[in-house]
Amino acid sequence: MAAAKEIRTQIGSIKNTQKITSAMEMVAASKMRKAQDLMRASQPYAKQIRNVVGHIADANPEYTHDYMVERSEVKRVGYIVVSTDRGLCGGLNHNLFKALLKQASEWKKQGAEQDFCALGAKASTFFRNYGGNLVAAKSGLGEAPTVEGLIGSIKVMLEAYDEGRLDRLYVVHNEFVNTMTQKPVVRQLLPLSPDIGADAEQDDENARPGSWDYLYEPDAKALLDSLLVRFIESQVYQAVVENGACEQAARMIAMKSATDNAGGLIDDLEMVYNKARQAAITQEISEIVGGAAAV
Amino acid sequence: MANSFTCNIVSAEASIFSGTVEQVIASGVMGDLGVLPGHAPLLTELQPGPVRVIYDGGAEENFYVTGGFMEVQPDVVTILADAASRASDLNEAAAEEARQQALKAFNDKSSELDYTRAAAELAEAVAQLRTIQQLRKKAGKG
Repeated sequence: MAAAKEIRTQIGSIKNTQKITSAMEMVAASKMRKAQDLMRASQPYAKQIRNVVGHIADANPEYTHDYMVERSEVKRVGYIVVSTDRGLCGGLNHNLFKALLKQASEWKKQGAEQDFCALGAKASTFFRNYGGNLVAAKSGLGEAPTVEGLIGSIKVMLEAYDEGRLDRLYVVHNEFVNTMTQKPVVRQLLPLSPDIGADAEQDDENARPGSWDYLYEPDAKALLDSLLVRFIESQVYQAVVENGACEQAARMIAMKSATDNAGGLIDDLEMVYNKARQAAITQEISEIVGGAAAV
Repeated sequence: MANSFTCNIVSAEASIFSGTVEQVIASGVMGDLGVLPGHAPLLTELQPGPVRVIYDGGAEENFYVTGGFMEVQPDVVTILADAASRASDLNEAAAEEARQQALKAFNDKSSELDYTRAAAELAEAVAQLRTIQQLRKKAGKG
């Protein structure tokens, strides 16, 4: 009966693991709801500021901000990589890094250097192994990230752009399609792509491209400086909260499949256990019968 | 010409207000400004203070913003607030306390302090009080 006992212990330990994974699944499900609420709450601001920046792109302003001008030569690109702080969320981070590396290698072919900004502990770990030039890192954003927590890292990248050390800036994050699907995306932040105006027009019937200009208070330069910085901050914040919702959804799915797999494993082991038990009983009976016949 | 336009007030965390209004009065960095339908396109920074929206027929509502931007288009006004709340949710006692504290920090030269931050806190507390007083004055009249 030694084999049967071993199998029973194994079943016991798998059952314990299953309890943990199913608890984690439920925790992730409830956190996902909160993360989705956060994502939805920040959408109106992101949409409105996008519209406003779209209007500016449509207008014919007296002062053209540096962020709106495409630079002729791209020597260095910057990436803001949004990852999770914790693991056990399936291939979420891995897929993201794969998408990033694909983009990065294309730039490398064109001879452009790369700088990275890591948001989230997993991205920092990744760059430690991968060996990219990490210029800023921030982790421990938690489940309710704030814009204040991100400003520092964003500022490092924007200053690099202002000083001409970067010619392009991307944000890399997971897009929340639905609970089952998260898609890694690489989006260009700077320079503001010329089609941002067209993008905004699609859901804004008030857009009218032309040769008008705003009245500015106080003056165009100061205003656009702070507005565009605010715009970038809001885009990165939106990316971070969206990634947060993705993290919880991915973890929920990963834990659900872990729980299901544990169930399958237990079924298989129970079958093996019953067979072993049956074999032992049969053997005992045949021994008794054999013994009785011998007497 | 239409005598009303759309006004959206959003903060980073939530959408605060969206509706059709007749006039919007906000405190820009260069002074208070009232916006009527058909206003020329304008972009301005806002300073901490009240935002008043007046509906068709004269009813009005007050909001409080801690700064941000206002974009004016002839038929839509968008206020991108850093943080916004309905003025009726403001607490006068808390605002007064914040003002006192900011003043104290401002005058306390011995302590190591960040003047710009103290000044910003003071401006915010004063703006909150201003919003509440405006609300009170109106309630007294009506």
